Amino acid sequence: MSWVKKDLLGLEYLTKEEIELILDTADSFKEVSTREIKKVPALRGKTAVNLFYEPSTRTRVSFEVAAKRLSADVINIATETSSVRKGETLIDTGKNIQALKADMIIMRHNCSGAANMLARALDISVINAGDGWHEHPTQALLDMFTLKEKLGRIEGLNVTIVGDIAHSRVARSNIWGLTKLGANVTACAPEMLLPVAIEKMGVKTSSNIDEALKEADAVNVLRMQFERDEGAAFPQQLDYFKRFGITRERLAKAKKDIVVMHPGPINRGIEMSSDVADGANSVILDQVTNGIAVRMAVLFLVAQAREVKA
Amino acid sequence: MKEKAKILDKEGVQRAFTRIAHEIIEKNSGIGELCLVGIRNRGVYIAQRIADCIGKTEGRKIPVGALDITLYRDDLALASGQPLVRKTEIDFDINNKILVLVDDVLYTGRTIRAALDALIDFGRPRTIQLAVLIDRGHRELPIRADFVGKNIPTSQKESVEVRLLESDGRDEVAIMEKD
Repeated sequence: MSWVKKDLLGLEYLTKEEIELILDTADSFKEVSTREIKKVPALRGKTAVNLFYEPSTRTRVSFEVAAKRLSADVINIATETSSVRKGETLIDTGKNIQALKADMIIMRHNCSGAANMLARALDISVINAGDGWHEHPTQALLDMFTLKEKLGRIEGLNVTIVGDIAHSRVARSNIWGLTKLGANVTACAPEMLLPVAIEKMGVKTSSNIDEALKEADAVNVLRMQFERDEGAAFPQQLDYFKRFGITRERLAKAKKDIVVMHPGPINRGIEMSSDVADGANSVILDQVTNGIAVRMAVLFLVAQAREVKA
Repeated sequence: MKEKAKILDKEGVQRAFTRIAHEIIEKNSGIGELCLVGIRNRGVYIAQRIADCIGKTEGRKIPVGALDITLYRDDLALASGQPLVRKTEIDFDINNKILVLVDDVLYTGRTIRAALDALIDFGRPRTIQLAVLIDRGHRELPIRADFVGKNIPTSQKESVEVRLLESDGRDEVAIMEKD
């Protein structure tokens, strides 16, 4: 099994074997971050460009740390202070980065499909770090890596994803990946945040979190983005916490060893209570650590794929 | 590839390990700070066997680590076919140790160069020595082994196959040539 794709755009486009190759490779990379000298020369002389059209700290920093631990050079472009403000199109920006002889672009964009479009226009690698409501493949990969690490497998696991499923690229990538690897996924959300026809992706749906937690081996709690519609937000938040918030009382009725995940940043007291976020079932900080290994694996594999082709 | 000649049989392989183990003890006169690191995959199995042998003689356990050198290869940028990255596991401190690096076949020396670079990232051993089951010649770098199971003159068209119980179900070494 070898990796042949120049880009990583989404888990929809990967086979089960390709996903497993990334997870296995990440497993080997995890050790690098435990060394006294946390660096290997694998991507020496390669240049990775972080191109972020949306604010992000953890994903951008995680990619930057991953690239640096592989000895790549990293350039960060924040679009608020770049020529994008002067009206440059995405593809023009991409072609300019390519003309600088960069080897890969790691992009976050608010439009679904932006990474796909950029990847088609360029010869260099494009890694999707989140595009609109579409996909956030490395987040889902690190979620699966963490699940596998904690529970030993993916196949046959019952995984509940709770939150704003309709607007979540994290949910979408997780559903693609988890179902391909044989997990049973339940999407749990208020009715209006469950997209129509989501069952076609091979998941069960529920609007009752207590039901959805009953058989779950793991729950992935999505971030609620109330900040996007201020005004009536406060009563809404209280109501959401009451109906869907993950609390110690709710977990007490679930499996004892249920794994609690969150892609961050957490809204404490909105999607989960503080005692759960900091509790024994939470693997939220392990996810952050594992994110580095997963992103190192992705950067390494796409760089290798380009070499093999050339 | 077809088999041209069998170089070592089961007993031959075992004798080589035993001899290397004794040479390591002799050269390092007692084994205060000794540790072994094998290069994935077969080097790790060989390191373990030699460590067991030293352990039996000296009545103590010798730490064994596993090193994957993929990320340090000098041909990573031009590799034909994609190398698989495997796990490096060195769960002990190598600072100030007598470290014996172990591999199955010594050929161009490029793997050993990569392994030395990798080891230096883990610490600063007092000395690094090299043990190999087979030295087949054709060095491309100024590298030599301190302990050799068997020297085999080969042509570059041939390849040497080390088969071990752990990975191949039997212990033997053969020279293969293109048919």
